[in-house]
Amino acid sequence: MDKTLFTLEASRRLTADVWELALSGNTEAITRPGQFVNLELPGKFLRRPVSVANWTEDGLLLLVRAVGEGSRLLTQAPAGTRFDTLSGLGNGFDLSDAGPAPVLVGGGIGLAPLYGLARRLIGAGTVPAVVLGFRSAADAFYLEEFAALGCRLSLSTEDGSLGVRGFVTDCLLRSAPDCSRVFACGPTPMLRALAALPCTDGGQFSLEARMGCGFGVCMGCTVPTADGPRRVCADGPVFRKEALVW
Amino acid sequence: MVDLSVQLAGVQLKNPVIPASGTFGYGREMAEWYDLNLLGSIACKGTTALPRPGNPQPRIAETPGGMLNAVGLQNPGTDAVIAQELPRLARLFHGPVIANVGGFSPEEYAENCRRLGECENVGILEVNISCPNVHGGGRNFGCDARSAAEVTRAVRAATRKPVFVKLTPNVSDIAEIARACADAGADGLCLINTLLGMRIDLRTRRPLLANRTGGLSGPAVFPVALRMVWDVYEAVKLPIIGCGGVSSAADVCEMMMAGASAVEIGAANLKDPLACPAVLRELPGVCEALGAERIADLTGAAHR
Repeated sequence: MDKTLFTLEASRRLTADVWELALSGNTEAITRPGQFVNLELPGKFLRRPVSVANWTEDGLLLLVRAVGEGSRLLTQAPAGTRFDTLSGLGNGFDLSDAGPAPVLVGGGIGLAPLYGLARRLIGAGTVPAVVLGFRSAADAFYLEEFAALGCRLSLSTEDGSLGVRGFVTDCLLRSAPDCSRVFACGPTPMLRALAALPCTDGGQFSLEARMGCGFGVCMGCTVPTADGPRRVCADGPVFRKEALVW
Repeated sequence: MVDLSVQLAGVQLKNPVIPASGTFGYGREMAEWYDLNLLGSIACKGTTALPRPGNPQPRIAETPGGMLNAVGLQNPGTDAVIAQELPRLARLFHGPVIANVGGFSPEEYAENCRRLGECENVGILEVNISCPNVHGGGRNFGCDARSAAEVTRAVRAATRKPVFVKLTPNVSDIAEIARACADAGADGLCLINTLLGMRIDLRTRRPLLANRTGGLSGPAVFPVALRMVWDVYEAVKLPIIGCGGVSSAADVCEMMMAGASAVEIGAANLKDPLACPAVLRELPGVCEALGAERIADLTGAAHR
Protein backbone atom coordinates (compact mmCIF):
# COMPACT_ATOMS: atom_id res chain seq x y z
CA MET A 1 0.00 0.00 0.00
CA ASP A 2 1.10 3.53 -0.58
CA LYS A 3 -0.25 7.01 -1.24
CA THR A 4 0.88 8.45 -4.51
CA LEU A 5 -0.13 10.68 -7.42
CA PHE A 6 -1.28 9.29 -10.75
CA THR A 7 -1.63 11.46 -13.84
CA LEU A 8 -4.30 10.72 -16.44
CA GLU A 9 -2.52 10.35 -19.78
CA ALA A 10 -5.42 9.34 -22.00
CA SER A 11 -8.97 8.06 -21.84
CA ARG A 12 -10.75 6.08 -24.50
CA ARG A 13 -14.48 5.38 -24.70
CA LEU A 14 -15.13 1.67 -25.23
CA THR A 15 -18.95 1.48 -25.07
CA ALA A 16 -21.82 3.82 -24.19
CA ASP A 17 -20.78 3.79 -20.54
CA VAL A 18 -17.33 2.16 -20.27
CA TRP A 19 -14.02 4.01 -20.51
CA GLU A 20 -10.41 2.90 -20.49
CA LEU A 21 -8.13 5.23 -18.54
CA ALA A 22 -4.37 5.16 -18.94
CA LEU A 23 -2.50 6.79 -16.08
CA SER A 24 1.14 7.28 -15.23
CA GLY A 25 2.73 7.14 -11.80
CA ASN A 26 4.50 4.90 -9.35
CA THR A 27 2.92 1.43 -9.38
CA GLU A 28 5.41 -0.12 -6.95
CA ALA A 29 2.69 -0.97 -4.42
CA ILE A 30 0.74 -3.11 -6.91
CA THR A 31 1.93 -6.69 -6.63
CA ARG A 32 -0.94 -8.87 -7.86
CA PRO A 33 -3.75 -8.71 -10.42
CA GLY A 34 -7.10 -8.24 -8.69
CA GLN A 35 -5.83 -5.47 -6.42
CA PHE A 36 -7.39 -2.01 -6.60
CA VAL A 37 -6.58 1.67 -6.27
CA ASN A 38 -8.65 4.25 -4.37
CA LEU A 39 -8.82 7.59 -6.15
CA GLU A 40 -9.60 10.97 -4.63
CA LEU A 41 -11.99 12.98 -6.81
CA PRO A 42 -12.55 16.73 -6.72
CA GLY A 43 -15.63 17.64 -4.65
CA LYS A 44 -16.12 14.12 -3.31
CA PHE A 45 -15.43 13.19 0.29
CA LEU A 46 -14.93 9.46 -0.18
CA ARG A 47 -12.39 8.05 -2.56
CA ARG A 48 -13.54 5.76 -5.36
CA PRO A 49 -12.12 2.23 -5.46
CA VAL A 50 -11.27 1.01 -8.97
CA SER A 51 -9.91 -2.40 -9.91
CA VAL A 52 -6.50 -2.43 -11.60
CA ALA A 53 -6.93 -3.75 -15.16
CA ASN A 54 -3.20 -3.78 -15.83
CA TRP A 55 -0.01 -2.12 -14.73
CA THR A 56 3.58 -1.62 -15.79
CA GLU A 57 6.45 -0.09 -13.84
CA ASP A 58 5.10 3.42 -14.37
CA GLY A 59 1.72 2.90 -16.02
CA LEU A 60 -1.72 2.03 -14.70
CA LEU A 61 -4.68 0.91 -16.77
CA LEU A 62 -8.22 1.22 -15.40
CA LEU A 63 -11.57 0.30 -16.89
CA VAL A 64 -14.42 2.37 -15.50
CA ARG A 65 -18.15 2.13 -16.03
CA ALA A 66 -19.94 5.45 -15.49
CA VAL A 67 -22.79 4.57 -13.15
CA GLY A 68 -22.80 7.32 -10.53
CA GLU A 69 -21.42 10.80 -9.95
CA GLY A 70 -17.99 9.57 -8.93
CA SER A 71 -17.40 7.24 -11.85
CA ARG A 72 -18.78 9.91 -14.22
CA LEU A 73 -16.28 12.44 -12.87
CA LEU A 74 -13.51 9.92 -13.43
CA THR A 75 -14.46 9.18 -17.02
CA GLN A 76 -14.85 12.87 -17.87
CA ALA A 77 -11.55 14.00 -16.36
CA PRO A 78 -9.28 15.64 -18.95
CA ALA A 79 -5.82 14.30 -19.73
CA GLY A 80 -3.28 15.73 -17.31
CA THR A 81 -5.63 15.43 -14.30
CA ARG A 82 -3.69 14.30 -11.23
CA PHE A 83 -5.35 11.91 -8.81
CA ASP A 84 -4.28 11.51 -5.21
CA THR A 85 -4.32 7.72 -5.00
CA LEU A 86 -4.05 4.95 -2.45
CA SER A 87 -2.38 2.22 -4.47
CA GLY A 88 -1.88 -1.52 -4.15
CA LEU A 89 -4.97 -2.18 -2.00
CA GLY A 90 -6.56 -5.58 -1.46
CA ASN A 91 -5.20 -9.11 -1.70
CA GLY A 92 -5.52 -9.83 -5.44
CA PHE A 93 -5.65 -13.21 -7.14
CA ASP A 94 -3.38 -16.07 -6.11
CA LEU A 95 -1.70 -17.19 -9.34
CA SER A 96 0.17 -20.05 -7.72
CA ASP A 97 -3.02 -22.07 -7.66
CA ALA A 98 -4.16 -21.74 -11.29
CA GLY A 99 -3.39 -25.29 -12.44
CA PRO A 100 -2.80 -26.21 -16.10
CA ALA A 101 -6.12 -24.88 -17.49
CA PRO A 102 -7.38 -21.78 -15.67
CA VAL A 103 -10.63 -20.20 -16.85
CA LEU A 104 -11.26 -16.51 -16.28
CA VAL A 105 -14.93 -15.57 -16.04
CA GLY A 106 -15.97 -11.93 -16.24
CA GLY A 107 -19.30 -10.15 -16.32
CA GLY A 108 -19.37 -6.65 -17.82
CA ILE A 109 -17.00 -4.24 -16.10
CA GLY A 110 -15.97 -7.16 -13.88
CA LEU A 111 -13.61 -8.29 -16.63
CA ALA A 112 -11.18 -5.51 -15.66
CA PRO A 113 -8.94 -7.38 -13.19
CA LEU A 114 -9.05 -10.51 -15.39
CA TYR A 115 -7.13 -8.69 -18.12
CA GLY A 116 -4.10 -8.13 -15.87
CA LEU A 117 -4.53 -11.65 -14.53
CA ALA A 118 -4.50 -13.13 -18.05
CA ARG A 119 -1.31 -11.23 -18.91
CA ARG A 120 0.44 -12.49 -15.79
CA LEU A 121 -0.73 -16.08 -16.21
CA ILE A 122 0.62 -15.99 -19.75
CA GLY A 123 3.86 -14.48 -18.43
CA ALA A 124 4.08 -17.48 -16.12
CA GLY A 125 3.55 -19.87 -19.04
CA THR A 126 -0.18 -20.65 -18.89
CA VAL A 127 -2.66 -19.32 -21.43
CA PRO A 128 -6.08 -19.09 -19.74
CA ALA A 129 -9.45 -19.57 -21.38
CA VAL A 130 -11.62 -16.47 -21.01
CA VAL A 131 -15.40 -16.42 -20.70
CA LEU A 132 -17.05 -13.01 -20.86
CA GLY A 133 -20.70 -12.05 -20.49
CA PHE A 134 -22.40 -8.80 -21.45
CA ARG A 135 -25.96 -7.50 -21.70
CA SER A 136 -25.70 -7.16 -25.48
CA ALA A 137 -23.17 -6.84 -28.32
CA ALA A 138 -23.24 -3.06 -27.88
CA ASP A 139 -22.01 -3.45 -24.29
CA ALA A 140 -19.11 -5.75 -25.16
CA PHE A 141 -15.55 -4.46 -24.86
CA TYR A 142 -11.95 -5.65 -24.59
CA LEU A 143 -12.57 -8.63 -26.87
CA GLU A 144 -9.63 -7.70 -29.15
CA GLU A 145 -7.41 -7.08 -26.16
CA PHE A 146 -8.04 -10.57 -24.77
CA ALA A 147 -7.81 -12.13 -28.23
CA ALA A 148 -4.47 -10.38 -28.81
CA LEU A 149 -3.09 -12.21 -25.78
CA GLY A 150 -3.92 -15.49 -27.47
CA CYS A 151 -6.67 -16.44 -25.02
CA ARG A 152 -9.48 -18.74 -26.16
CA LEU A 153 -12.53 -16.49 -25.84
CA SER A 154 -16.14 -17.59 -25.21
CA LEU A 155 -18.86 -14.97 -25.15
CA SER A 156 -22.42 -14.73 -23.94
CA THR A 157 -24.98 -11.94 -24.12
CA GLU A 158 -28.33 -11.75 -22.43
CA ASP A 159 -30.09 -10.90 -25.71
CA GLY A 160 -28.05 -13.27 -27.87
CA SER A 161 -26.69 -10.45 -30.05
CA LEU A 162 -23.17 -11.82 -29.55
CA GLY A 163 -21.98 -15.31 -28.66
CA VAL A 164 -24.20 -17.65 -26.71
CA ARG A 165 -27.60 -16.32 -25.70
CA GLY A 166 -27.73 -16.39 -21.92
CA PHE A 167 -25.14 -16.07 -19.20
CA VAL A 168 -21.49 -16.88 -18.62
CA THR A 169 -22.60 -20.01 -16.80
CA ASP A 170 -24.00 -21.35 -20.10
CA CYS A 171 -20.59 -20.84 -21.72
CA LEU A 172 -18.72 -22.26 -18.79
CA LEU A 173 -20.74 -25.48 -18.77
CA ARG A 174 -19.31 -26.18 -22.24
CA SER A 175 -15.66 -25.38 -21.42
CA ALA A 176 -15.80 -26.82 -17.91
CA PRO A 177 -14.34 -30.27 -18.63
CA ASP A 178 -10.85 -28.84 -19.11
CA CYS A 179 -11.09 -26.27 -16.34
CA SER A 180 -8.59 -26.53 -13.49
CA ARG A 181 -9.39 -23.29 -11.69
CA VAL A 182 -11.96 -20.53 -12.18
CA PHE A 183 -11.11 -16.88 -11.51
CA ALA A 184 -14.26 -14.76 -11.54
CA CYS A 185 -15.31 -11.15 -11.23
CA GLY A 186 -18.70 -9.65 -12.04
CA PRO A 187 -22.10 -8.77 -10.64
CA THR A 188 -23.28 -10.67 -7.58
CA PRO A 189 -26.03 -12.66 -9.37
CA MET A 190 -23.39 -13.89 -11.84
CA LEU A 191 -21.01 -14.90 -9.06
CA ARG A 192 -23.81 -16.64 -7.20
CA ALA A 193 -24.83 -18.62 -10.31
CA LEU A 194 -21.19 -19.52 -10.95
CA ALA A 195 -20.72 -20.68 -7.37
CA ALA A 196 -23.52 -23.20 -7.90
CA LEU A 197 -21.46 -25.03 -10.57
CA PRO A 198 -19.23 -27.85 -9.27
CA CYS A 199 -16.52 -26.95 -11.81
CA THR A 200 -15.92 -23.71 -9.90
CA ASP A 201 -14.92 -25.51 -6.69
CA GLY A 202 -11.73 -23.96 -5.32
CA GLY A 203 -12.25 -20.97 -7.59
CA GLN A 204 -11.28 -17.42 -6.69
CA PHE A 205 -14.11 -14.89 -6.75
CA SER A 206 -13.56 -11.13 -6.64
CA LEU A 207 -16.28 -9.13 -4.89
CA GLU A 208 -17.38 -5.53 -5.17
CA ALA A 209 -18.59 -3.37 -2.26
CA ARG A 210 -19.24 0.21 -1.28
CA MET A 211 -16.19 1.17 0.75
CA GLY A 212 -15.37 3.79 3.31
CA CYS A 213 -11.60 3.68 3.59
CA GLY A 214 -10.43 0.88 1.28
CA PHE A 215 -7.60 -0.18 3.63
CA GLY A 216 -9.34 -2.08 6.41
CA VAL A 217 -10.12 0.30 9.26
CA CYS A 218 -13.77 1.34 8.93
CA MET A 219 -15.52 -2.04 8.51
CA GLY A 220 -17.76 -0.39 5.91
CA CYS A 221 -17.41 -3.17 3.34
CA THR A 222 -17.60 -6.22 5.61
CA VAL A 223 -19.45 -9.27 4.27
CA PRO A 224 -20.35 -12.48 6.07
CA THR A 225 -18.15 -15.44 5.09
CA ALA A 226 -17.78 -19.02 6.23
CA ASP A 227 -14.77 -17.81 8.25
CA GLY A 228 -16.74 -14.98 9.90
CA PRO A 229 -17.11 -11.33 8.91
CA ARG A 230 -14.46 -10.30 6.38
CA ARG A 231 -13.59 -6.92 4.85
CA VAL A 232 -13.83 -6.86 1.05
CA CYS A 233 -11.12 -4.17 0.93
CA ALA A 234 -8.45 -5.73 3.14
CA ASP A 235 -9.29 -9.45 3.44
CA GLY A 236 -10.49 -9.48 -0.20
CA PRO A 237 -11.61 -8.46 -2.71
CA VAL A 238 -10.69 -12.00 -3.81
CA PHE A 239 -12.18 -14.86 -1.80
CA ARG A 240 -12.18 -18.62 -2.25
CA LYS A 241 -15.60 -19.75 -3.43
CA GLU A 242 -15.92 -21.97 -0.36
CA ALA A 243 -15.62 -18.95 1.95
CA LEU A 244 -18.50 -17.07 0.38
CA VAL A 245 -21.95 -17.09 1.88
CA TRP A 246 -24.70 -16.13 -0.58
CA MET B 1 9.03 25.13 20.69
CA VAL B 2 5.29 24.73 21.25
CA ASP B 3 4.24 22.43 24.09
CA LEU B 4 1.59 20.16 22.58
CA SER B 5 0.98 18.06 25.68
CA VAL B 6 -2.49 17.93 27.21
CA GLN B 7 -4.16 16.26 30.18
CA LEU B 8 -7.42 14.34 30.22
CA ALA B 9 -8.61 13.67 33.78
CA GLY B 10 -5.06 13.13 34.98
CA VAL B 11 -3.95 11.13 31.92
CA GLN B 12 -1.03 12.85 30.23
CA LEU B 13 -1.02 12.83 26.40
CA LYS B 14 1.94 14.12 24.42
CA ASN B 15 -0.44 15.90 22.05
CA PRO B 16 -4.21 16.36 21.67
CA VAL B 17 -4.60 14.37 18.43
CA ILE B 18 -6.54 11.11 18.81
CA PRO B 19 -7.99 9.02 15.98
CA ALA B 20 -11.69 8.53 16.70
CA SER B 21 -13.25 5.20 17.48
CA GLY B 22 -14.42 3.30 14.42
CA THR B 23 -12.00 4.98 12.03
CA PHE B 24 -8.83 3.24 13.16
CA GLY B 25 -9.77 -0.37 14.02
CA TYR B 26 -7.39 -1.47 16.77
CA GLY B 27 -4.44 0.24 15.12
CA ARG B 28 -2.99 -2.72 13.25
CA GLU B 29 -3.78 -1.56 9.70
CA MET B 30 -2.78 2.06 10.35
CA ALA B 31 0.59 0.92 11.70
CA GLU B 32 1.39 -0.10 8.11
CA TRP B 33 1.02 3.58 7.12
CA TYR B 34 2.94 5.33 9.90
CA ASP B 35 4.47 5.07 13.40
CA LEU B 36 1.47 5.26 15.72
CA ASN B 37 3.66 6.75 18.46
CA LEU B 38 3.19 10.13 16.78
CA LEU B 39 -0.34 10.21 18.20
CA GLY B 40 -1.58 11.55 21.52
CA SER B 41 -3.75 8.48 22.00
CA ILE B 42 -5.91 6.08 20.00
CA ALA B 43 -9.65 5.51 20.50
CA CYS B 44 -10.20 1.85 19.65
CA LYS B 45 -13.14 0.41 17.75
CA GLY B 46 -16.26 0.21 19.94
CA THR B 47 -16.21 -3.11 21.77
CA THR B 48 -19.19 -5.07 23.08
CA ALA B 49 -19.24 -8.11 25.38
CA LEU B 50 -20.00 -10.51 22.52
CA PRO B 51 -18.65 -10.42 18.95
CA ARG B 52 -20.93 -8.55 16.55
CA PRO B 53 -20.96 -9.13 12.77
CA GLY B 54 -22.43 -5.66 12.13
CA ASN B 55 -25.13 -4.60 9.68
CA PRO B 56 -25.85 -5.92 6.17
CA GLN B 57 -24.43 -4.21 3.06
CA PRO B 58 -24.39 -1.46 1.99
CA ARG B 59 -23.11 0.31 5.07
CA ILE B 60 -21.51 3.40 3.51
CA ALA B 61 -22.86 6.34 1.50
CA GLU B 62 -21.31 9.56 0.22
CA THR B 63 -22.78 12.91 1.32
CA PRO B 64 -21.82 16.49 0.54
CA GLY B 65 -18.78 17.17 2.71
CA GLY B 66 -18.88 13.84 4.44
CA MET B 67 -20.29 10.35 4.62
CA LEU B 68 -22.88 8.14 6.24
CA ASN B 69 -21.98 4.89 7.91
CA ALA B 70 -24.14 2.15 9.32
CA VAL B 71 -21.48 -0.34 10.35
CA GLY B 72 -23.45 -1.40 13.43
CA LEU B 73 -20.70 -1.89 16.01
CA GLN B 74 -18.98 -4.75 14.22
CA ASN B 75 -16.29 -5.95 16.63
CA PRO B 76 -14.69 -9.21 17.79
CA GLY B 77 -16.01 -8.92 21.38
CA THR B 78 -14.34 -8.12 24.70
CA ASP B 79 -12.56 -11.49 25.08
CA ALA B 80 -10.77 -11.23 21.72
CA VAL B 81 -9.97 -7.55 22.24
CA ILE B 82 -8.38 -8.25 25.62
CA ALA B 83 -6.56 -11.39 24.45
CA GLN B 84 -5.35 -10.19 21.05
CA GLU B 85 -6.08 -6.64 19.96
CA LEU B 86 -4.96 -4.66 23.01
CA PRO B 87 -1.68 -6.59 23.54
CA ARG B 88 -0.90 -6.20 19.82
CA LEU B 89 -1.70 -2.48 20.03
CA ALA B 90 0.57 -2.14 23.08
CA ARG B 91 3.49 -3.22 20.89
CA LEU B 92 2.59 -0.64 18.20
CA PHE B 93 1.65 2.30 20.44
CA HIS B 94 3.35 2.92 23.77
CA GLY B 95 1.03 5.58 25.21
CA PRO B 96 -2.31 5.20 26.96
CA VAL B 97 -5.16 4.11 24.67
CA ILE B 98 -8.85 4.89 24.88
CA ALA B 99 -11.09 1.83 24.99
CA ASN B 100 -14.46 2.65 23.44
CA VAL B 101 -17.09 0.49 25.12
CA GLY B 102 -20.51 -0.44 23.79
CA GLY B 103 -23.33 -2.21 25.57
CA PHE B 104 -26.99 -3.05 25.78
CA SER B 105 -27.59 -2.60 29.51
CA PRO B 106 -25.94 -0.65 32.34
CA GLU B 107 -24.67 -3.98 33.69
CA GLU B 108 -23.03 -4.89 30.37
CA TYR B 109 -21.36 -1.47 30.11
CA ALA B 110 -20.10 -1.82 33.68
CA GLU B 111 -18.72 -5.32 33.19
CA ASN B 112 -17.02 -4.41 29.87
CA CYS B 113 -15.48 -1.33 31.44
CA ARG B 114 -14.29 -3.31 34.44
CA ARG B 115 -12.58 -5.87 32.21
CA LEU B 116 -11.14 -3.42 29.67
CA GLY B 117 -10.09 -1.09 32.48
CA GLU B 118 -7.87 -3.85 33.86
CA CYS B 119 -5.79 -3.82 30.67
CA GLU B 120 -2.55 -2.01 31.33
CA ASN B 121 -2.46 0.06 28.15
CA VAL B 122 -6.04 1.32 28.54
CA GLY B 123 -5.73 4.83 29.95
CA ILE B 124 -9.32 5.98 29.51
CA LEU B 125 -12.68 4.28 29.05
CA GLU B 126 -14.91 5.94 26.50
CA VAL B 127 -18.49 4.85 27.11
CA ASN B 128 -20.37 4.85 23.84
CA ILE B 129 -23.98 5.70 24.69
CA SER B 130 -24.42 7.20 21.26
CA CYS B 131 -24.11 4.62 18.46
CA PRO B 132 -26.87 5.52 15.98
CA ASN B 133 -26.71 2.26 14.07
CA VAL B 134 -27.68 -0.39 16.57
CA HIS B 135 -31.32 -0.70 17.45
CA GLY B 136 -31.95 -1.04 21.15
CA GLY B 137 -28.29 -0.27 21.71
CA GLY B 138 -26.17 2.68 22.75
CA ARG B 139 -28.17 5.63 21.52
CA ASN B 140 -31.19 4.84 23.67
CA PHE B 141 -29.06 5.47 26.73
CA GLY B 142 -27.57 8.65 25.31
CA CYS B 143 -30.89 10.26 24.38
CA ASP B 144 -32.28 10.32 27.90
CA ALA B 145 -30.61 12.09 30.83
CA ARG B 146 -31.74 9.52 33.38
CA SER B 147 -30.47 6.49 31.41
CA ALA B 148 -27.23 8.30 30.58
CA ALA B 149 -26.71 8.90 34.30
CA GLU B 150 -27.58 5.30 35.11
CA VAL B 151 -24.94 3.93 32.72
CA THR B 152 -22.39 6.48 33.94
CA ARG B 153 -22.97 5.53 37.59
CA ALA B 154 -22.73 1.81 36.87
CA VAL B 155 -19.49 2.23 34.92
CA ARG B 156 -17.96 4.66 37.41
CA ALA B 157 -18.42 2.10 40.17
CA ALA B 158 -16.84 -0.69 38.11
CA THR B 159 -13.38 0.69 37.25
CA ARG B 160 -10.59 2.86 38.62
CA LYS B 161 -9.70 4.25 35.19
CA PRO B 162 -11.11 7.63 34.07
CA VAL B 163 -14.54 7.34 32.46
CA PHE B 164 -15.39 9.57 29.50
CA VAL B 165 -18.96 9.34 28.23
CA LYS B 166 -19.36 9.73 24.46
CA LEU B 167 -22.50 11.73 23.72
CA THR B 168 -24.89 11.68 20.81
CA PRO B 169 -25.79 14.91 19.02
CA ASN B 170 -29.23 13.49 18.23
CA VAL B 171 -30.89 15.15 21.23
CA SER B 172 -32.64 18.45 21.78
CA ASP B 173 -30.33 19.61 24.60
CA ILE B 174 -26.90 17.99 24.79
CA ALA B 175 -25.96 20.13 27.80
CA GLU B 176 -28.71 18.47 29.84
CA ILE B 177 -27.28 15.00 29.07
CA ALA B 178 -23.77 16.28 29.81
CA ARG B 179 -24.87 17.60 33.24
CA ALA B 180 -26.56 14.27 34.04
CA CYS B 181 -23.33 12.38 33.22
CA ALA B 182 -21.26 14.84 35.23
CA ASP B 183 -23.56 14.50 38.26
CA ALA B 184 -23.35 10.70 37.95
CA GLY B 185 -19.56 10.78 38.25
CA ALA B 186 -18.17 10.97 34.71
CA ASP B 187 -14.53 12.10 34.61
CA GLY B 188 -14.93 13.61 31.16
CA LEU B 189 -17.06 13.73 28.04
CA CYS B 190 -16.45 13.03 24.38
CA LEU B 191 -18.65 14.66 21.76
CA ILE B 192 -20.09 14.30 19.25
CA ASN B 193 -20.89 10.88 17.84
CA THR B 194 -22.41 10.93 14.34
CA LEU B 195 -25.60 12.72 13.33
CA LEU B 196 -28.44 10.49 12.23
CA GLY B 197 -29.05 10.80 8.50
CA MET B 198 -30.08 8.93 5.35
CA ARG B 199 -29.92 8.84 1.55
CA ILE B 200 -32.30 7.37 -0.98
CA ASP B 201 -31.20 5.67 -4.20
CA LEU B 202 -33.16 7.46 -6.93
CA ARG B 203 -33.18 4.44 -9.22
CA THR B 204 -34.39 1.86 -6.73
CA ARG B 205 -36.46 4.38 -4.70
CA ARG B 206 -35.15 2.67 -1.60
CA PRO B 207 -32.91 3.90 1.22
CA LEU B 208 -29.31 3.56 0.07
CA LEU B 209 -28.14 1.99 3.33
CA ALA B 210 -29.43 -1.46 4.23
CA ASN B 211 -29.92 -0.15 7.76
CA ARG B 212 -32.05 2.69 6.24
CA THR B 213 -30.32 5.32 8.37
CA GLY B 214 -26.70 5.94 9.20
CA GLY B 215 -24.41 8.31 11.07
CA LEU B 216 -23.21 11.45 9.32
CA SER B 217 -19.56 12.44 9.80
CA GLY B 218 -16.90 14.44 8.00
CA PRO B 219 -16.21 18.17 7.56
CA ALA B 220 -19.93 18.88 7.11
CA VAL B 221 -20.60 18.22 10.81
CA PHE B 222 -17.69 20.28 12.19
CA PRO B 223 -19.70 23.44 13.00
CA VAL B 224 -22.40 21.35 14.69
CA ALA B 225 -19.82 19.54 16.82
CA LEU B 226 -18.08 22.82 17.63
CA ARG B 227 -21.33 24.43 18.81
CA MET B 228 -22.12 21.43 21.01
CA VAL B 229 -18.63 21.42 22.55
CA TRP B 230 -19.16 25.12 23.25
CA ASP B 231 -22.53 24.45 24.95
CA VAL B 232 -21.20 21.56 27.04
CA TYR B 233 -18.11 23.52 28.11
CA GLU B 234 -20.46 26.20 29.46
CA ALA B 235 -22.59 23.59 31.22
CA VAL B 236 -20.08 21.33 33.00
CA LYS B 237 -16.58 21.53 34.49
CA LEU B 238 -15.27 18.33 32.92
CA PRO B 239 -12.55 17.81 30.34
CA ILE B 240 -14.01 17.40 26.86
CA ILE B 241 -12.69 15.43 23.90
CA GLY B 242 -14.02 17.33 20.87
CA CYS B 243 -14.96 15.17 17.92
CA GLY B 244 -16.77 15.75 14.63
CA GLY B 245 -15.39 16.75 11.25
CA VAL B 246 -11.94 17.75 12.49
CA SER B 247 -9.65 17.62 9.45
CA SER B 248 -6.82 20.12 9.95
CA ALA B 249 -4.56 21.66 12.57
CA ALA B 250 -6.71 24.81 12.41
CA ASP B 251 -9.79 22.69 13.18
CA VAL B 252 -7.96 21.20 16.20
CA CYS B 253 -7.24 24.69 17.58
CA GLU B 254 -10.79 25.89 16.87
CA MET B 255 -12.26 22.86 18.65
CA MET B 256 -9.98 23.49 21.63
CA MET B 257 -10.95 27.15 21.77
CA ALA B 258 -14.59 26.01 21.93
CA GLY B 259 -13.74 24.01 25.03
CA ALA B 260 -12.06 20.74 24.08
CA SER B 261 -8.98 19.55 25.99
CA ALA B 262 -8.16 17.06 23.22
CA VAL B 263 -9.57 16.26 19.81
CA GLU B 264 -10.60 13.11 17.99
CA ILE B 265 -10.16 12.88 14.24
CA GLY B 266 -12.56 10.48 12.57
CA ALA B 267 -13.74 10.46 8.96
CA ALA B 268 -10.58 12.26 7.81
CA ASN B 269 -8.64 9.04 8.55
CA LEU B 270 -10.80 7.13 6.08
CA LYS B 271 -10.21 9.56 3.25
CA ASP B 272 -6.51 9.83 4.01
CA PRO B 273 -4.69 7.30 6.18
CA LEU B 274 -2.01 9.96 6.71
CA ALA B 275 -4.49 12.60 7.96
CA CYS B 276 -3.33 12.53 11.60
CA PRO B 277 0.40 12.82 10.79
CA ALA B 278 -0.44 15.73 8.46
CA VAL B 279 -2.38 17.50 11.23
CA LEU B 280 0.47 16.90 13.67
CA ARG B 281 3.00 18.31 11.22
CA GLU B 282 1.01 21.54 10.90
CA LEU B 283 -0.01 21.88 14.53
CA PRO B 284 3.11 23.54 16.02
CA GLY B 285 3.16 26.15 13.27
CA VAL B 286 -0.53 26.94 13.68
CA CYS B 287 -0.10 27.28 17.46
CA GLU B 288 2.89 29.54 16.99
CA ALA B 289 0.93 31.75 14.62
CA LEU B 290 -1.76 31.99 17.31
CA GLY B 291 0.81 32.93 19.92
CA ALA B 292 0.12 29.81 21.96
CA GLU B 293 3.24 28.42 23.64
CA ARG B 294 1.20 25.66 25.26
CA ILE B 295 -1.62 24.22 23.20
CA ALA B 296 -3.47 23.42 26.44
CA ASP B 297 -3.92 27.18 26.92
CA LEU B 298 -6.27 27.20 23.92
CA THR B 299 -8.88 25.11 25.75
CA GLY B 300 -11.94 27.28 26.27
CA ALA B 301 -10.12 30.37 24.96
CA ALA B 302 -13.21 31.47 23.05
CA HIS B 303 -15.22 31.68 26.29
CA ARG B 304 -12.93 34.16 27.98
